Amino acid sequence: MSTTSTASEQFALRRRAPSQRVQHLLHSYPAISPFLVLVISFVVFSSINSRFSSANSLSLVLQQVAVIGALAVGQTLIILTAGIDLSVGAITILSMMVAAKLAEGAGLPGVLAVVVGVALGTAAGLVNGALVTRIKLPPFIVTLGTLSVFTAIGLLYSRGQSVQAVDMPDLLSWTGESFRVGDFRITTGVVLVAALYVVVGFALANTAWGRHVYAVGDDKEAARLAGIRVDRVLLSVYTVAGAIYGLTAWILIGRAGAASPNAITDANLESITAVVIGGTSLFGGRGAVLGTLLGALIVGFFRSGLSLAGVDDQYRVLAVGLLVILAVAVDQWIRKVKA
Amino acid sequence: MTGSPVLSARGMVKTFGHVVGLDGVDLDLYPGEVLGIIGDNGAGKSTLVKCLTGALVPDAGQISIDGEPVHFKRPQDAREAGIETVYQTLAVAPALDIASNLYLGRERRRPGFLGSVLRMIDKKGMRRDAAKAMTDLGIGTLQNMAQPVETLSGGQRQAVSVARAAAFGSKMIVLDEPTAALGVKESNQVLKMIREVRSRGLPVILISHNMPHVFEVADRIHIQRLGRCAGVVTPTSHTMSEAVAIMTGATTLAETPGR
Repeated sequence: MSTTSTASEQFALRRRAPSQRVQHLLHSYPAISPFLVLVISFVVFSSINSRFSSANSLSLVLQQVAVIGALAVGQTLIILTAGIDLSVGAITILSMMVAAKLAEGAGLPGVLAVVVGVALGTAAGLVNGALVTRIKLPPFIVTLGTLSVFTAIGLLYSRGQSVQAVDMPDLLSWTGESFRVGDFRITTGVVLVAALYVVVGFALANTAWGRHVYAVGDDKEAARLAGIRVDRVLLSVYTVAGAIYGLTAWILIGRAGAASPNAITDANLESITAVVIGGTSLFGGRGAVLGTLLGALIVGFFRSGLSLAGVDDQYRVLAVGLLVILAVAVDQWIRKVKA
Repeated sequence: MTGSPVLSARGMVKTFGHVVGLDGVDLDLYPGEVLGIIGDNGAGKSTLVKCLTGALVPDAGQISIDGEPVHFKRPQDAREAGIETVYQTLAVAPALDIASNLYLGRERRRPGFLGSVLRMIDKKGMRRDAAKAMTDLGIGTLQNMAQPVETLSGGQRQAVSVARAAAFGSKMIVLDEPTAALGVKESNQVLKMIREVRSRGLPVILISHNMPHVFEVADRIHIQRLGRCAGVVTPTSHTMSEAVAIMTGATTLAETPGR
């Protein structure tokens, strides 16, 4: 030790209580708590019903989780900037219905239909971002409004009718096709979602853009004073999220075997749930897509595990609700971390 | 005060509706000096500094850097001209680590494919250079550049801000009430850093309410009163109480010319 002993050095050397150690650990690695919940639920559900850990059942969980998991990536980006997106489901349905209707009876080649779907999602995200950054409306209000607007447009355009996968070019339901990996059955949709996590996770952790997303959500004013163009970052986040929803529309067609305007009615809340259980802070600036992936898997595990345990599905709803409250409480606690 | 000024402002005017913030203020900053700016609340200290750093656009007046006229429309412009500012509010992103905060908005990319195509930032390099920048300013206590800023004390956070300004300010750095939120020891550390920055030849503007701090480090002191410059004194020409008297209007520079 050096001979000088400033107040700050003494402060840093003081002993920490065990609870503070845990707090610090969680502060440095926020994905620990969802990871523990995931492992514990895996062990518990496997011991209740051994079929839970079978390759078949786990493959099904992955397929069920894929759509919400993909939407939750976009939601994570927006929540990291201290925003919230209530138009997740609406944008997805809009992109999906327009792509499906255009491609119905091969009116439009599959590739173009997919591109139109993603482009439409991107444009919808851009609208959200423009309203947030140009007119300075709170994200909650913007996306509450566009939730209704995009839903209505989607329903009006499709006249409320579904389009079956057989009536569309094969490419639109390609995301539902599966292949075997050992005993597991993986769909191309699941692979796409995995790739999405890798790409967005990389961008957040390793690029300047990722740093700026965190900084903007953490302290907007500090970010602005540091020379970050806050509005530009926000606009990019909403636009990228929109593109992700557009891509998810394609995955959803494959998963559902149809494009139905009534699909994923709970997408908003489920995507927010996955993000929050995954440890990303609703106050912005903290979290990662890895946590969101764990959060989405936890919800999937609860659904599958409780159903195999033979209990009413409402217990899953109840358990997920409790997890959300617990996760936010833990986040609040972590944020109070001291040196 | 030798040579030509690094920065000179002439006839700065800034009004907010009926309120006159600046009423024709001149200011010069010379190479390698610490210029203190003092003044009562509402005297126009912050307004003056905000005009110099691009946070406000003056209604009238001319700013020149090295003799070249400049027009700052936003903080970015002043930054690009080599003026770095440290704000009272500890403008750091709490959840990001020290190195990320130091390089916030100026992230360095990795060389080659990783940087140009994958846009990967050079985390290791930035941490190494951040550690060097901190040590150069005499802040050896912060070793771990991957430590989130929110785990630091107020003084340490301010040290990060000053280090950022010193690392990137090529013309001058401006410190707006850097010690206002700090304790005695932490304030002394910031003052030490100011001297360290000056010793590198980088001029500093220090705005402060704290007379002892200003008199300790400043070479010249610009006294702002009711939107105007009431005079420029030095710590040797005037005592602290004389400066306060000019600042509050109890006397004028003409009545108290100093030693």
